[in-house]
Amino acid sequence: MKRNIMLAAAALLTVGTIQAQAATTITGAGATFPYPVYSQWAHDYHKVTGVKLNYQAIGSGGGIKQIKAKTVDFGASDAPMTPEAMDKVGLMQFPMIMGGVVPVVHVKGIHAGDLKLTASELADIYMGKITKWNDVRIRATNPGVRLPRKSITVVHRSDGSGTTWIFTNYLSKVSGEWKTKIGNDKSVAWPVGVGGKGNQGVAAFVGKINGSIGYVEYAYALQNHMASVKLKNHYGNFVAPTAANFQSAAAGADWANANGYYMVLTNQPGATSWPITGASFILMYKSQAHPAQGKAVLKFLDWSYRNGAKSAMKLDYVPMPKAVIKMVEKTWSSELRNKSGRAIWK
Amino acid sequence: MSAPAARPPATRPNIKSHIMRRRILVNRFILLLSMLAAVGGLFMLIWILGDVAMRGASSINWDFFTQLPTPPGTTDEPSGVANAIVGTLLMTTIATLIAVPFGVLAGTYLAEFGKESKFGATARFISDILVSAPSIVIGVFVYLLLVKPMGNFSGWAGAVSLAIIMLPVVTRTSEEMLRLVPTEMREAALALGAPYWKMLVQVIYRAAKTGMMTGIMLAVARVAGETAPLLFTSLNSPYWMDSMNEPMANLTTDLFNYAMSPYADWQRQAWGIAFLITMSVLVVTIITRLALHQRSDA
Amino acid sequence: MNRVQRAVAGDTLFRGITRGFAGGIIVLFATLIIMLWQQALPSIHAFGFGFLIDSSWNPVTNQFGAWIPIFGTLFSTFLALLFAIPLSLGIALFLAELAPTWMRAPFGTAIELLAAIPSIVYGMWGLFVLSPLLADYLQPWLQDHIGGPLFLGAPMGIGMLTAGMILALMIIPFIASVTRDVFLMVPQQLKEAAYGLGCTTWEVVRDVMIPYGKKGIAGAVFLGMGRALGETMAVTFVIGNAYHLSWSLLAPGNSIASTLANEFTEADSDLYLSSLIELGLVLFLITFIVLAIAQWWLRPRKMGADQ
Repeated sequence: MKRNIMLAAAALLTVGTIQAQAATTITGAGATFPYPVYSQWAHDYHKVTGVKLNYQAIGSGGGIKQIKAKTVDFGASDAPMTPEAMDKVGLMQFPMIMGGVVPVVHVKGIHAGDLKLTASELADIYMGKITKWNDVRIRATNPGVRLPRKSITVVHRSDGSGTTWIFTNYLSKVSGEWKTKIGNDKSVAWPVGVGGKGNQGVAAFVGKINGSIGYVEYAYALQNHMASVKLKNHYGNFVAPTAANFQSAAAGADWANANGYYMVLTNQPGATSWPITGASFILMYKSQAHPAQGKAVLKFLDWSYRNGAKSAMKLDYVPMPKAVIKMVEKTWSSELRNKSGRAIWK
Repeated sequence: MSAPAARPPATRPNIKSHIMRRRILVNRFILLLSMLAAVGGLFMLIWILGDVAMRGASSINWDFFTQLPTPPGTTDEPSGVANAIVGTLLMTTIATLIAVPFGVLAGTYLAEFGKESKFGATARFISDILVSAPSIVIGVFVYLLLVKPMGNFSGWAGAVSLAIIMLPVVTRTSEEMLRLVPTEMREAALALGAPYWKMLVQVIYRAAKTGMMTGIMLAVARVAGETAPLLFTSLNSPYWMDSMNEPMANLTTDLFNYAMSPYADWQRQAWGIAFLITMSVLVVTIITRLALHQRSDA
Repeated sequence: MNRVQRAVAGDTLFRGITRGFAGGIIVLFATLIIMLWQQALPSIHAFGFGFLIDSSWNPVTNQFGAWIPIFGTLFSTFLALLFAIPLSLGIALFLAELAPTWMRAPFGTAIELLAAIPSIVYGMWGLFVLSPLLADYLQPWLQDHIGGPLFLGAPMGIGMLTAGMILALMIIPFIASVTRDVFLMVPQQLKEAAYGLGCTTWEVVRDVMIPYGKKGIAGAVFLGMGRALGETMAVTFVIGNAYHLSWSLLAPGNSIASTLANEFTEADSDLYLSSLIELGLVLFLITFIVLAIAQWWLRPRKMGADQ
């Protein structure tokens, strides 16, 4: 019996080694949110170049930890690192892809786009200060919409996530009380509500509980036909969560003056900007111990910037605006060095 | 209270038959409950499995076993999890090859030599504690032990973390099963002049075989569905592996990634993997059981 | 060497080898604890013993206390054992004594198969299938017919009760299969002697089989309990993940393993990470205490049937 198992194992090992070839392999790990689109790009890039890019979703915290431990060629995080934190270890970051966070509701008779909310109303709902759907303030914002006398059930993420980071970042920007009492992080001490694991968990609760409100990634809301809410943006317009409105938030942002690309796309100016937009970042060492490997990463990223927009939009992600891409690639050549201080990009 | 005294002895048989009736009733009641529990267990299994099969069986086709994974929404090329099947098989097999001899021998010590000793008691207690280790903690441990010092994720690290999760289950079930082999069997073998170790290997292991097999199967089943210990050890990969020294594809991480994604085709694939894992454990269990039976018949 | 010497040498060698492997488990555990302890040091220094009884958990302010997850871990495991032990004994009895012979092997395999379902599937099944049923039928019924502090709060279908039920389902195969094997290993003569005295099946089980296999059954329960204490993904989906302290079975709570599953991959501050690792250590401590209590309770008394 045991011999048979050994034989089987040996056979499997040989199967594994037959595949051996000298193709470049790049490993990256981190944020969960961009995992599908990075997989798509890696898949397409592999077909074109034969380079194996392996991106794995182990969480943004995990991505930062792994790049620090140098077990991967690049890390990825949904929340940008602060310039100080990066300088301490010699990392640099840049935005790769965008998405948005969308508040979704389950109220009988309310469909996608029917309900409008202002920033302070959203914050007060999540702080437990607005508890009924027919609250005076919600009614005032939504003349003509029939709102039930139902309690609001607040749903949030139970797991740490970039989605929560962006959402609470927005609430902290628009509500002083939220900022001081609860704050901005990947998981926070929620004053009210129930927690669902992942977008799946949040969607399950919102789908099940009549009178609930939750927040999910844009792709998730779209793919699952959830009733999204229109939000009042910085400019004063009520806007719907659409790819164009995410891009307008990114285009309006002042990237040139964002030290180390520390830029959060929430509550950005612009008439049509969706207020809870976020970018996902790539992390790399400024000084590359293996410049060839570093260059291979950059080549892939460059290829994705140029050729990945269409496939990203197919998966409901939002590509970076061209101007930002140009800026990022300029930063590559000015900041990424090999051991002897020579630029590794162009 | 005063009834027995007040009653004439002649009614005694009646009391007895009354007690007898009650004993029989209690017996029937308990047996009924036992049957209900068993039927209930089977019902839950069929319910969950049926649910998994309904959502997952349609993903299972030839491509599923022979092709590499594709991004969500891919329609122009075939999609499968062939690399993850091989990766999971490799890592689980290696983990089993580590954990079974280790666990069986440690269990042998606990059952045969270390019954009363402090050393044995400590090892037993520690195995019991190890069962409760959350799989993510084992993953972190192996990460610190192997991945970080070596500087890269690897299939070996994944196999080791699975082995650590299996180990206490194998150890404790082996011990329990060896312990239950009746003393007479040992004495009979020893009386024939066999050395103790020979008696153990040839008589006691054979007697405890079925029970130990249960433990091993439970241990394999336990790791078959675990994502957390692999996330920080073997990582995962969408490609074929070249060796055990690199990030290795595996079914459970695929299952988790696919299940949590927004895309319908990936979610279908997730159910397909769940179905495959459960069915594989079923088939392996049945084959080993049959092999055991044949061996003991021959 | 003559035959006897060889036999003795073989015995010593064999004993030494097995002892080495048993020792290996101790070494493994010691390494594990030391490594985790090192990682947990920042949190141990920052919070001291207060970590165990503090019920705040706030990544924003970097204030961490383990009390709510500790409570949730114990509570959900207790519920799981409460459901699983009687059911498992019933199943084991059925498989070992009652079922027709042809049915035993397939039925037993089926029960073992419950252990093979990936825990994320249990989680999602619990969330999408079981919890709506509980929310619509069982929980309102419990509130109407039993009520009291155990069943307070809105019936949402997730929370301690659901977690306990899913956990029970996951540990039944462990307890039931091992117990069945234990029952099967009770010597036939013992059972026949008891039947010969006119015992009913239940009496044979109660007075002969359970006492004979007491230690084995306890071992099986420990296996199940350990599994329940550390189970991660399934619990995470259904326990509700709220940092609230409540005795209500319907209220959402949290467990150590689910906190780890929820927050470990995203935690990036050092204190946060080390608090999570310390939480893992606390789970070992809990298991240690629970096992110590259980073993003291099961210590051999005058009627010890085995050994």
